[in-house]
Amino acid sequence: MNVNGMDEVNEEARGAQGAIPIRLAVNGRQRALAVLPHHTLLDVLRDDLGLTGAKECCLVGECGACTVLVDGRTVDACLVLAVEADGAEVLTVEGLAGHGRLSRLQEAFLEKGAAQCGFCIPGQLLSAQALLDANPHPTLPEVQEAMAGNLCRCAGYEQITEAILDVAAEGGR
Amino acid sequence: MHAFVYERPGTLADAVALLSRHGPDARLLAGGTDLIIRLRDGSLRPRAVIDVKRVAELEPGIGQDGRTLTIGATAVMTDIAADPRIRDHFAALAEAASVIGSVQIRNRATLAGNICNASPAADTAPALLVYDATVVAAGPSGARRIPIDAFFVRSGHTTLDPREVVTAIELPLPTSRAASVHLRRTRRRGHDLASVTLSCLVDEHGVTRLAYGSVGPRPVLAVDESGVLADARASDAARSAVLEGMLAAASPSPRSMRASPEYRLAMLRVLGMRAVATALTRLAEG
Repeated sequence: MNVNGMDEVNEEARGAQGAIPIRLAVNGRQRALAVLPHHTLLDVLRDDLGLTGAKECCLVGECGACTVLVDGRTVDACLVLAVEADGAEVLTVEGLAGHGRLSRLQEAFLEKGAAQCGFCIPGQLLSAQALLDANPHPTLPEVQEAMAGNLCRCAGYEQITEAILDVAAEGGR
Repeated sequence: MHAFVYERPGTLADAVALLSRHGPDARLLAGGTDLIIRLRDGSLRPRAVIDVKRVAELEPGIGQDGRTLTIGATAVMTDIAADPRIRDHFAALAEAASVIGSVQIRNRATLAGNICNASPAADTAPALLVYDATVVAAGPSGARRIPIDAFFVRSGHTTLDPREVVTAIELPLPTSRAASVHLRRTRRRGHDLASVTLSCLVDEHGVTRLAYGSVGPRPVLAVDESGVLADARASDAARSAVLEGMLAAASPSPRSMRASPEYRLAMLRVLGMRAVATALTRLAEG
């Protein structure tokens, strides 16, 4: 922690030619970083900050495995340059659980067996969380539309949908 | 991804100056949902990427000034699809914006980016054509207004000068009662590019404006002033003949992997008739 209360990381990138200083909040924690312009938010989350929940997969914005929230909205982190996130608030799957307890949505995923191989689940959770934040009682078609950008190669769609609808039925408990 | 210089101008003047300085070696970045894919696959290798999202004049807003609705160049599809004025007066645009990509893509992709990429399959292009939209661009010699029908050239090419940046898209509010709809055909439900994308507007005088994309190098606008297509009492044969004429400019590529030319042309007719019927129903329901 430096004098400004910011966590300073990636000293290596700071020295790299062309690196740009950015500040962003990741899971509520202020970070000061130096990033190369051609590094994506996904690169920086995984390689500089060690947050490997968001997965690198299709790299063309089709699979949703790298989904994170930027200023409350889901994005594919593989299609965002890290430098674009300067000043933003980022939420990754690591920020969903608090005080050693899983979120209600994470618990519902466990209860329904929504996670099979688990690779897509961080992205699924964040898309589902963003949906429930905006629309606490979605219909089945609304859930399907909201989750259309998150593919699951295990085809766990039924269980994922059930978990989301379970949380929705509880009425924001 | 190869290295590039990242520029983040704060004013429109700075953005235009940067574009002029870097020339064809620069690419503008708005939502990045197409650009970053092409930077990564190496099909674009610009020396500079100019991020326009913090240009003060391009506040990501949707505003109304008299009889004109103005959509700023950094407004994203999610906000366009949800805007009550767009849903009320420009339903085809709201519907087109709401089917592009996934939620994640719509949270980033901009309308300006969609038209500047000039993909023949761009879903918003037919909607903008039926509403007679105007593209506002800023360049070294000032601002310029380009009618949307004079904007598209062919896949990836527009009449925009390489030193110009699109600042907004303007939509004239309807002067007579009208109803519109957007329809598309995709290989799968959910997240796919359109094999056919089509918008239709019918007004109370019976004029039908039909625009379609993904069936040729650029989206096409056709207008039926005769009133036959929108006349439920006209014979099927008469209406089909008018529709055939309006769809005559379709020339789907045989090389596309998404659908064969025969399929696209067949579906274009189906979507055309369906869109006219839906627009008429909406017009009747007010």
